[in-house]
Amino acid sequence: MIKVNNLTKAFGPKVAVNGVSFTVERGEVLGFLGPNGAGKSTTMRMITGFIPPTDGTVSVGGHDMVNDPIPAKRLIGYLPENAPAYTDMTVEGFLGFIAELRGLNGDAKKKAIHRVVEMCFLESVLYQSVDTLSKGYRHRTCFAQSIIHDPDVLVLDEPTDGLDPNQKHEVRGLIRRMGERKAIIFSTHILEEVEAVCSRAIIIDRGQIVANGTPQQLKQQSDTAGAVLLVVRGVAAPQVVERLSGVANSRRAAIVKEENGKVWARVYPASDNRNGELARNVLVAAGSWQVEELHTEEGRLDEVFRGITLPETGKQRSQTEQQVSV
Amino acid sequence: MNSISNIKAITKRELAGYFSSPVAYVFIVIFLLLTGSFTFLLGGFFEYGQASLERSFFIWFPWLYLFLVPAVGMRLWAEERRVGTLELLLTLPITAWQAILGKFLASWAFLLLALVLTFPVVITVNYLGSPDNGVIFASYVGSFLMAGAYLAISCMTSAITRNQVVSLILSIVICLVLVLIGFPPATNFLTQLSDTAWLVHMLAAFSVITHFEYFTKGVVDSRDVIFFLCVIGFSLFTTGVILRSHRAG
Repeated sequence: MIKVNNLTKAFGPKVAVNGVSFTVERGEVLGFLGPNGAGKSTTMRMITGFIPPTDGTVSVGGHDMVNDPIPAKRLIGYLPENAPAYTDMTVEGFLGFIAELRGLNGDAKKKAIHRVVEMCFLESVLYQSVDTLSKGYRHRTCFAQSIIHDPDVLVLDEPTDGLDPNQKHEVRGLIRRMGERKAIIFSTHILEEVEAVCSRAIIIDRGQIVANGTPQQLKQQSDTAGAVLLVVRGVAAPQVVERLSGVANSRRAAIVKEENGKVWARVYPASDNRNGELARNVLVAAGSWQVEELHTEEGRLDEVFRGITLPETGKQRSQTEQQVSV
Repeated sequence: MNSISNIKAITKRELAGYFSSPVAYVFIVIFLLLTGSFTFLLGGFFEYGQASLERSFFIWFPWLYLFLVPAVGMRLWAEERRVGTLELLLTLPITAWQAILGKFLASWAFLLLALVLTFPVVITVNYLGSPDNGVIFASYVGSFLMAGAYLAISCMTSAITRNQVVSLILSIVICLVLVLIGFPPATNFLTQLSDTAWLVHMLAAFSVITHFEYFTKGVVDSRDVIFFLCVIGFSLFTTGVILRSHRAG
């Protein structure tokens, strides 16, 4: 549904988005991750046709966003960053206005408003002016606006920003359910959200895609992916490390923490460890120790994220880039 | 047909926006107070002893509009940019043209309403004497067109900035120039300054006063109508260019 090819945006000398390419098909929920200022919002603004790209193309449902914007825009529902809405209108008036511009009139309009109001729990504020709404309600009003025409493509810029935990859970469920029939792109800072909702995730940093894969694949890039965590009671830490270091298939062993007579130790795999072999080896090595807990770790997304986007590694990368360009 | 219904939806929203806040009512009251007091206190409506509105009533409009019309137009785009709804509006399946036209028509209709509400003056003059109502009607048409020209300029300056005050000042300055280059005391001063009378004459041809005067004398000349429509067209076109250049970064 969405094809983004070599998308580039420069504001003067500053390149905000640099050669970004990806596709999103129907039934996919793509998570868009990245630190602040990485170019997430700029990319989304180009996809939705708000700003034209400096280079590259965006096509939505086969329509080019620059040359044939109206049919492309018809397919998209868009929740911009900070969820703007006309503050001088009531929620009902605002949704009605958007519905009319989406080509819904009369009965179809009423039905559409009713549907999104129910989906986004807006009944209680329907006749309230937008500028009197709390942040959560305002956010949901703008979200309701984006799905009022039941679009095939949804572009959501931080859809759970400013919501309380219950609302966040609700919106995530909504996105996941809608993702079965639509192509959805959403950006977020919250990594657990990616695991909960996305079928695929892209990490973008300084305008470039630095990782692209399913949340599972990304997690496997983590240092702790496949490591075995062992918790034992009544054994001294040095002894634990000594015995576990010799386990077959392991690279090294380290103490995570010591507390109340318990020792948390992590054994890192030498190679890919997906079949539980390392866990069995560790259990054998533990022998007669009083084992409280043993499990294989999946790896953590935030570790991967930090590893890829931390300023230090970035500086090195941009230095090498400069050398290349010189 | 689609584009017409889009323009209609935007016009409707914009008009509702005026009346959902006190701005509209404050504006109309001030407008009526000013026209009334200028006509009867400064304009010497009774002293002239003529059943005419030309010198006592319509003569003030180029000056009144100078402050009042930019006040109506300043929020058109500046507010959208400040609140961020511009992003919403321009990612909907409408063209920038439909949005510009819809907003402009809404404000113009609002100004028309304010203008129509000055009808007691017309009733007064008809009660006191027997004026040429054709002339009065022509003056109203001219006044409406002039308001449109001022408004289109305010629309353009509103697109430049997200700050309504900056927009207001810019449009007042531009409109003031368009008034002064046709205002006799100013043109006389310019001719005295140098002997380039032809230049002053040419500048005066671009003044709203020059063209509005014909209407107040009861002459509806296509050239004057075209002048105002050209100012409107040019300003709205420039608005589109400014909006596009902002988005292109």
